[in-house]
Parts: sequence; structure tokens; C-alpha cells
Amino acid sequence: MTVFIIRRLMQSAFVLLIMSLLVFFGVYAIGDPVEIFIAADADQIERERAMQALGLDQPIWAQYGFFLLNAMRGDLGRSFVFNIPSIELILQRLPATLELAACAVTLSVLVGIPLGMYAGYRPQSRIAKAIMATSIAGFSLPTFWVGLMLILVFAVQLGWLPSTGRGQLGEFLGIHSSLFTLDGLAHLLLPAFNLALFNISLVIRLTRAGMRENMPMDYVKFARAKGLTQRRVVFVHVLKNIMIPVVTVIGLEIGQVIAFAVVTETIFAWPGMGKLIIDSINRLDRPVIVAYLLITVVMFIVINLVVDILYSILDPRVRLADAGH
Amino acid sequence: MSRRIPKVAAFLVASALVIAAPAVRAQNLSVAVGGIITSMDPHYHNLGPNNNIAQYFFDRLVHFDNQQRPIPGLAESWRAINDTTWEFKLRKGVKFHDGSDFDAEDVIASFKRVPWVPNSPSSFTAMVRGIEVTVVDPHTLVFKTPAPRPLLPLDMAIVNIISRKSVEAPTADFNAGKAMNGTGPYRFKEFVPGDRVVMERNPNYWGEKSPWATVTTRIVNNPSARMAALLSGDVQVIDQVPTADIPRLKQNSNLRLESVTSNRLIYLHIDHARDVTPFAFDKTSGQPLAKNPLKDHRVREALSKAINRKAIADRIFDGQAIPAGGLLPDGFFGASPKLKPDTFDTNAAQRLLREAGFPKGFKLTIHGPNDRYPEDGKVLQAIGPMFTRAGVDTAVQPMPWATFVSQAGAPNYAFSVMLVGWGSDTGETSSPLRSLLATPNRELGFGASNRGRYSNPKVDEILGKALQTVDTGAREKLLFEASEIAVRDYGLIPLYYQVNLWAMRSNLTYKARTDEYTLAHFIKPR
Amino acid sequence: MAGASAIPAVETPFRRFVDDFCESRMAVTALCVFAIIFIAAILCPLLSPQNPYDLRQLDIMDGKLPPGTPSSADFVFWLGSDGQGRDMISAILYGLRTSFMVAVTSGVLAAFVGTTVGLVAAYYGGRVDMILMRMVDIKLAFPAILIALVLLAVLGQGTGKIVLALVIIQYAYYARTVRASALVERRKEYVEAAHCLALPKSRILFRHILPNCLPPLIVVATIQIANAIALEATLSFLGVGLPITEPSLGLLIANGFQFILSGVYWISFFPGFALLVTIVSINLVGDHLRDVLNPRLQK
Repeated sequence: MTVFIIRRLMQSAFVLLIMSLLVFFGVYAIGDPVEIFIAADADQIERERAMQALGLDQPIWAQYGFFLLNAMRGDLGRSFVFNIPSIELILQRLPATLELAACAVTLSVLVGIPLGMYAGYRPQSRIAKAIMATSIAGFSLPTFWVGLMLILVFAVQLGWLPSTGRGQLGEFLGIHSSLFTLDGLAHLLLPAFNLALFNISLVIRLTRAGMRENMPMDYVKFARAKGLTQRRVVFVHVLKNIMIPVVTVIGLEIGQVIAFAVVTETIFAWPGMGKLIIDSINRLDRPVIVAYLLITVVMFIVINLVVDILYSILDPRVRLADAGH
Repeated sequence: MSRRIPKVAAFLVASALVIAAPAVRAQNLSVAVGGIITSMDPHYHNLGPNNNIAQYFFDRLVHFDNQQRPIPGLAESWRAINDTTWEFKLRKGVKFHDGSDFDAEDVIASFKRVPWVPNSPSSFTAMVRGIEVTVVDPHTLVFKTPAPRPLLPLDMAIVNIISRKSVEAPTADFNAGKAMNGTGPYRFKEFVPGDRVVMERNPNYWGEKSPWATVTTRIVNNPSARMAALLSGDVQVIDQVPTADIPRLKQNSNLRLESVTSNRLIYLHIDHARDVTPFAFDKTSGQPLAKNPLKDHRVREALSKAINRKAIADRIFDGQAIPAGGLLPDGFFGASPKLKPDTFDTNAAQRLLREAGFPKGFKLTIHGPNDRYPEDGKVLQAIGPMFTRAGVDTAVQPMPWATFVSQAGAPNYAFSVMLVGWGSDTGETSSPLRSLLATPNRELGFGASNRGRYSNPKVDEILGKALQTVDTGAREKLLFEASEIAVRDYGLIPLYYQVNLWAMRSNLTYKARTDEYTLAHFIKPR
Repeated sequence: MAGASAIPAVETPFRRFVDDFCESRMAVTALCVFAIIFIAAILCPLLSPQNPYDLRQLDIMDGKLPPGTPSSADFVFWLGSDGQGRDMISAILYGLRTSFMVAVTSGVLAAFVGTTVGLVAAYYGGRVDMILMRMVDIKLAFPAILIALVLLAVLGQGTGKIVLALVIIQYAYYARTVRASALVERRKEYVEAAHCLALPKSRILFRHILPNCLPPLIVVATIQIANAIALEATLSFLGVGLPITEPSLGLLIANGFQFILSGVYWISFFPGFALLVTIVSINLVGDHLRDVLNPRLQK
């Protein structure tokens, strides 16, 4: 296992290097950040001063060299726009995104598993068919469209829920979160549901497939033969077996959810890091773009590693290996 | 529409709630703005949204009224002693938020900090550059400049005055609130980058006090989200109202609009410099034309006459744009009343093209941003067919501002005809003349945004004279003359002036501002 | 996933597949709906009253007209017009064409690249397999939208660039699927036999192994096309997708986004509806295909 982890980490370092190089030079090629930041009526002398202040008067390879040197020391540069270290800027936004993602994942489990179990338990029933048809719609509906409709219906027409922002934060055990105030929860509901929709469908389908695969199996028949109630068979024995793939997929989906938060955050003006990256791309705020990517890449590497290790613990038949699955 | 439960604990942090109880509502105001506020440091980034928010916490020597006319700020009065010497009398009895007194030393400290701020992507250095300050007494300052500088009072309307205690405070101290010690109408409470700024009333403010105990400025960049926040009652006022929602707003009796013609002109910049321009092609061969047709006055006039400005204003902006014929709307300093929008006349345009030697027209590609000004991409797409009907087959190429702006100007000058906007921070035509129409010149700071490289010695000369003339009347005459020459020569083709729009609950009023700023202390209950 | 692994005559499995597919009325209906949409999109220049990309045919005075209003030219805006005076029917049909073009082009390219990678990895095994599959794994470790954002942030806007981004995103799914089934196929007798005949490797790969990997590939391709359409729409909505002069369906919805609150519903509603129907129909077909082609669910 140690060899596996060391190898993984080395590969990850390589991926990080390539990513940073690509993004650094790519953003450089798109345009000149000073043209975007500078006041429109700035004169030539002021423009030159700004170039110098941001280190953009150096040749690009020198800029990249400085970046690498500083990166080794854990400094990914300062945002051109905010004059805040980019890592700090991103970490400021991270809790909001994580909160949204966690709620979305929780919602998808709470809604998805019961519906999926029903659909798999009585696959021919009308309700099951309706659930499956809805889940296809859940896959197909573009996130931004749904978000818009949610705002239109619940915030504008009915006026039940707020449409934008994060609302009031509460504190509990030293953690600041929207989860701890009523206002915060109200702000959280629409975006979390919007983000969860895809995963609800995914969990429904996984659970249903698991039900359909497990129900005809021998152990279910034995359990029934032993005289266990149907309820116990389904909710204890079958559910346990379904959970393995569901947990794995949800683990992997956390990464997807965090990334897809970009769309949800844009619509609901949720102050997370997805919104930050879109704004930064539009402003060519290179230090933030590079730092965001490096941080998310590291995050995904960790998530994948943890999922792989957990999986090998949950299911002893899986061996950790580099190639193939 | 607010059906939420009132919450007592809420006002401390002044949340974005609409609180149902009327007494409380009268005390708290939530505003959603479209501009992204990047910092609390008033000297870090010379950027509209930042300069706007700084006005809550800091004052300037000179203030602008809602029409950008200079009025007394921290300076009670000012006068030119001679062409290069100015005297500023400071207001007495003004206190900073921490209780310390304001005097000349704070002005000196502010001027010292402006060029010092590290990593500034766009500084205020040009406003204080070359000024030699002498303290006559704690409330009298004398500014000496190397050359006559009639715009000095206007520059003083842009530089915020901080406390001398913050002279070496880094930007981070301002963002965290430690250095947020100004003289302005509000005290700083909290800044959450990308989300909100929270503030409370300064009870000791020297000027008119705010009607709001707390104000929350929410940063909501997406126009539809901003609109939705207003409709759902999350906020009571929004700026930069999306054009598409104007008809709906007008029907909604709970909401009202405030508007004013802005200082921002949207115009077409035209390649005057090159003999062969990259995006004008022969109609049959598709090759770039051997001679740049845009250098011909008649072609430029034809293009201007081909544009139906009224249709753009009516159809794209629902009437909330003013067809433009000059550099600034009537009433602004130096805006010549003689400059009227060209009348829309496709036949005249065709005739002019014939006279210029293009009986069959030519092919053209025009460029512009699609995410910078309201409806910019749509305007560009509307101009294409108008040119085409006059005989110039026009393709349209909208692109993100980030890409556009780095290619449009020096050193690339990649385009032939481009749509751009210009807001005059000083509220004078000297601003667009100097940046957009004067021959590029590093020493004079001329033509820094002259992306068409229009060059007319006559304009340069008159403008140069105007910028040295302290006498207001004489200067305005010179500015009239320079703008008339440059615009009649089609140095650029004016399209329309933007209209600044605010939407708010029907129980509020706001004196709409030409400089696009949203200032809660001027939002009043009706 | 062993695919339809039986070797007998080519006719029978296909017919069985068709029969199986037709068992679901929903899937057949979806396929018909999709076929109609697809053909309408291909034939859009013939069906639509206006070329919405030709600026000469647009008149701003025709902007934002509600459904059923006659235009200044001699046709009627049955679904209304957008802010530029584009006929919505025409815009939707052309937009569908653009969406399909982007999705299908990227799908075909990605399938080609992915299949090649998968086959090569499975066939050569060892080090080649390890390196190729490691690349695929690394790619799959990151969410599609993140990769697309990086690529478009670096490449800039444009149809070619979004196709490239979609290919880079999608090829890995094909590679992984093809490799998995090819690994199974490689050990089968017919491949051994082909080896004994000393047929060239490329021939064995493409003529013998590949056809047997097709069923799972078809399923992946169906789903990926739907994904590509949705992803392109999302990217366009975020402002990093296609140029606004030639709007795809996603961009039409994004354009209509701003009108949604103001009662001008048709600009965003109809393209949104078209997108929805398209993706749902593809997904329904793909869903059923998976059931039909997955031997584990067959009795």
C-alpha cells in the first residue's frame, strides 16, 4: 500500500507541474491583464507602472520561474485584483462551496436511496416507472435551466425562499455555516437542491440496479426461507449490499459536485470558489486561476486516493494497483 | 412580498434580510450592485466599484454632486492663486471614525500613500503626480504644480483622504477593517470579498446624515440574479438594471425606476492610421483592400449615417439609451451643444460610398466586447445589418472583453472598426479628447486609449491649450472647438449615451447619478 | 461487459437486438422523436423561414415579438422572435444543428481516439497499457466541467476549441470501455486462431476484436452525445462556449436567461424545451440500449 501511495503522489506532482505550465502560458497568451485592471483613463506612464508592480514586465519564462520558486515555498502568488495571496482568497471561499456540496450529497442520498429502492423493488409498478422517467429528466435537465426555474417559481412567484447569496451564518463548535441559522438554511435550500438533482437521479438508478441485481440472488432466497420478514431482508441484507457501489460512486461524485458548483454558484450568487474561478477567468487574474486549479487538483487527488483506499478496505477482493480495474 | 420571519439577532450583522416590521425596515437597507468590489483599500485599485464603496467610508477634498459637478468636500473652498498655484481651505471640526481630528497632515499622508501602495494594478498616482504641497496652517494647504493644471480640483475629487495613522497600512489592513478609519458617512463593519460589505451609520458625520442605521451592499454580478433578488425582496435597491426587465419593472407597482443619462459614451473607433487595414476587404476577391477606405472622410460619414441610433435605443434598450452626436451628453462641461446625432439615412450613405469610389461597397468585419457594457454584443449585432444595407457587407465578431481589450490597443491594434465605451471620470470632454482622440504621446499622456490612432494636429493643439487654461469659460470654449473638429472629422463615430438605471422598492427614492455610483446615504424613504 | 459475445452469423444477434429494442414502446417513441429532431436540424435551411446567422436578414425592429406576430419580411414568427429579430423557429433549428454538429463531431473524434487508445492498450498490455490507462485514469479523476473550464480558459473561445475540449474530455470513456471488452475478446479462440493464421496485428485489432466491442461502445456513444450537448450548453451559459453570432441551443437559452423574469418567456422557453426533449430522447434510447445490450440483465 505504501508503494501505491508513493507512486500516486509522484504522478500527482507531475500532473500538477503540467497543469501549472499549461495554464500559466495559456492565460498569458489570451491577453494582457493590465489592460483589464487599469483605469480606462490611465496614461502610458501609469500603465508601465502597473506592469512593473505586477511583475508582468518580465519575460514569461522568468515569470514562470519565479512562480515555481515561490510555489515550492507554498506561495502561489497574489491575486492581481484583490492583492490577497491567492491561496488565502480561495480558502476564504472554500467553506461556502464545501457546505453547498455536502448538503447536495446528503440530499441526494436521503432522496435517492428510498426512491431507488422502491423502483427496484417493484420495477413494474406505475410509481416505479414514474420515478425512473423523472430520473431521466433529472439527468437531462441542464443545471442552469433548473436553477433558473427554481428561482422563478420559489423566489419570484411564490416568494417563499430567497434567491441569492448565503444568508446569515451561525456558529457551532467554532464552525461558521449557513446550516446553523434559519435564514442560512432558507438560502441554502434552492442551490443545494439544484446541485443535488443530478446526483439524486444517479443514486436512484444505482440503487434500483442494485435492488434488481440482488433480489434474485441466493442469499435473499435463503433469508426468506429462514423466515425473515420481507422488510428485514430488504432493509438490512439487501441494503447493505447495495451500499457498497453507492458509497463508492458518491465518494467519487463529491469531486464532480464541487466542480459543478460553478454553475449553481453563478446562478444563485453563492459566494463559493466556483464563482471566483469564473470571475477570475473573465478578468485574467492568473495567480488565482493557477492556484484554484492546483488546489482543486490536489483536492481531487486526495478524494480519489481516499476512495480507493476505503474501497480496498470495504471490499477485500479489490487490490490497490496502478493499472487496470 | 416579504413573508419571512423577523429575526432580532439579525441587525447586528445587518443581514440581507427584508425584515417585516416597518420600524426596522426604515433603519436597514440592502443594496445589490453589479460591479465587483475588489478591495476596501481606497488607494489600491482605481476602479469604479471600489471608488464607489470607498465613498461610504472616506471623503475627498472635493466631492461630486449627482451630475459630477464639483462641490465642497473636506475642502470648504479652493481657488487658483495663479496658473500653477492652488489654495485649499479645509473643513474644521471634522473627526475620523476613531475620534481623532482631521487636518492638513492627513491630506499629506494620503498623498504619500497613493504612490506607495504595493502591487496596485491601477493606481491614483497620476492625480497627485508632480504636486508640491505646502502646509500654511492646519486648515490651509497650497498646491504648486510644474505646469498649469486646471483639472486639479477634479483630480482631488477622486483621491480619498485617509487618516495619517494608516499611512503605512497595507491593503490587507483595510480589508480586515483595521485601517478603515475615514471621515465618511459610514463606519466599516465587514467585507466578505465577492459577497458583501456591511456598514453602520457614522453619527458624527460632518455632512447630511444617512437615514439608514446599517447598510449592506451585496455584490451580485449576474444581472438576472440581481433582478431576482429585488423581486423576491432580498434587497431593496439594485443598480445596473437589466434592460430586458424594464417593461416588467414599469408594470410592477411595488417597484420604481430612477434613471439619468450617464457620462458613458458608446462609440465606434476606426482605424485611421494604416494604409491597409486588416478587416476591410474587396467584395469580389475577398482580399484586403489596397487602400484603407476608412481613411476617407466620406466613408466614415457613410458609416455613421447608416446607423439607426434611434432603433438601437428603442429596441435594444427599451428607450433607456440616448442617441449620441458628441463626446458627452448636453450639460456636461465642454460638451458642444452644436454636435447632434447624424440622421439615419441609408440612401445618403450609399451616395457617399459611391462618391468615395465604392459604388458596390466593400466587405468589413467589426469587433467588440460582449460582456463589458450593457447589451454590447447585441448592439454590435444590430450595427452589422445596418452597414450591410448601406452597401458595406459587414460581419460581426463579438468576443470576451479580456480577449478584446488586449488586442484592440497598443501594440496589436488588431481591428479596423471596433465598438468601445468611454466614461468620463472627470465629467469633462477633456477626458475623452485626451485619451481617445489626441495623437498618442507618452510624455503628455495623450491618446493612451486611442485604439483607432486618429491624429489631427489641430485637435492636439487646441486640447493642449485647453489643458493649460485655468479660466473656466475660456477652457470650455476650447473644448467645444476641439470636440467639434474631432467629431465632425469622424475621429470616432458616436453611437449612444448609456442611461444609468436603479430599481428600488416604491417607498424609496434616489437621486440618480451620472457617475454610476450607488450611495445609500442618498437613497431616501419617500 | 462481454458484449454480444456469441460468434454465430451476423444476422441473428442484430435481429434479436432490434426485437429487444422494440420491446419498449417508450424507447421506440424516443428514437422516433430524436430522428425527427435530428432530420429537422440537418434540413434547417429548407425548413426555416429565415437564416438567423445571416445578419442581412435580421431587422432589429422585429425584436422581441411574441409568438404568432407577422414579421417585416413575409413570414410569421410562430414562436416569436429574440432581441435581435431572429425567428425563434429558425434559431432553434439552426441552434440544434450547431449543437448536434459540435456533439457529433466531438463524439466521432473522441470515439476514434478513445477506441484506438483502448484497443492498443488491451492488445499490447504491459507497459503500454499501464501508461495509456494511467493517463485515462488521471483524466477521469477530474470532473468534465473543470477540465473544460481549464481548456477554454487556456484556448479561448470558438467552435473548434470547444470541440477539442469535448474530445479531450470524452475520449477517456471510450478508451476505458473498449479496453475492458477488448481484454475479454483478446483471450477468445477466434483471436488465437487469427494469430495462428499470422494475420497482421492491425487487422486482428480492427477487423476482429473491434466489431465485438461495439455494443458497449454504442451505449457509451449515445450517452456521451447527450452529455456533450448538455456540457456545451452549460459552457455557453457560463460565457466560455460558442461565439454569440452563431448561437447553439445552449447559447439561445443563455440569451433568453435575461428575459425570463420580464415575461418575454419565448426566447428562453422554446430553446430550453427543444434541448430538454432532445437530451431526454437520447437518454431514453441510451438507457434502453444499455438494458438490451447488457447480458447480465437478460434472462
